[in-house]
Amino acid sequence: MDEKEKNTGIKLEYEIIKDDFSRAGEASSNIKRVLRQLGIDSSVIRKTAIATYEAEINVVIHSEGGKMVVNIEPDKIEITAKDNGPGIKDIDQAMQKGFSTASQKVRELGFGAGMGLPNMKRSCDEFYIESEFGKGTTVKMIFKL
Amino acid sequence: MLIKDLRDKFGFKVLAGEDVLDREINGLYCCDLLSWVMSHAKDGDAWITVQTHMNIVAIASLLNLACVIVPESIDVDEDTIVKANEEEVPILSTDIDSFKIFTKFYEAGMR
Repeated sequence: MDEKEKNTGIKLEYEIIKDDFSRAGEASSNIKRVLRQLGIDSSVIRKTAIATYEAEINVVIHSEGGKMVVNIEPDKIEITAKDNGPGIKDIDQAMQKGFSTASQKVRELGFGAGMGLPNMKRSCDEFYIESEFGKGTTVKMIFKL
Repeated sequence: MLIKDLRDKFGFKVLAGEDVLDREINGLYCCDLLSWVMSHAKDGDAWITVQTHMNIVAIASLLNLACVIVPESIDVDEDTIVKANEEEVPILSTDIDSFKIFTKFYEAGMR
């Protein structure tokens, strides 16, 4: 975990570990804490909490691990979740509500409803997703302040 | 309604968050699909769920839910209780089912 302040804003960086359900949500909780300390509007905090949680869970469940980077600037919060693969075959399909490739075991825990990506998209002001099958996925979300 | 009313009036057992029971409950929500909860539960809701793993604490904390209610005396993982105490997320347990929990809230005046 790396927290450093720049002239332009604050950058937070979190490692997310594959299959680590016990720690899943910690990065999101930390981000929320920082945003609250900065006095960010509570409706924006709620939206970022939903989006970061879903992004974090997606990396834990579906990827080989990755990281989440948060840039807090005076006029916006930019959140990037980048994983190390395996990538998404069909992004349009992945963006559909209810579509999921999660295992039965994961579903029994209440995950894998196929709502992660739609929830992220709905929560932020700008949403970008790039994925290369075999390589990895990057999701970028912007929240205006 | 306060969280402590669940203990004092309904007889629910407090498993975690003993120190923060004075918080207000604004509503009641029941769902076990975590992403659904994430996008639909509201600030201050008491949340009924049969999920008892650690992740429920993260969700309750991220959404500012009032507390988690575990119905039908389902066992809660010890890790979850430890985490809930750390994050000050109250978890309460009861032997009644979700429908009866809703009935109790309604009878206590929640609309």
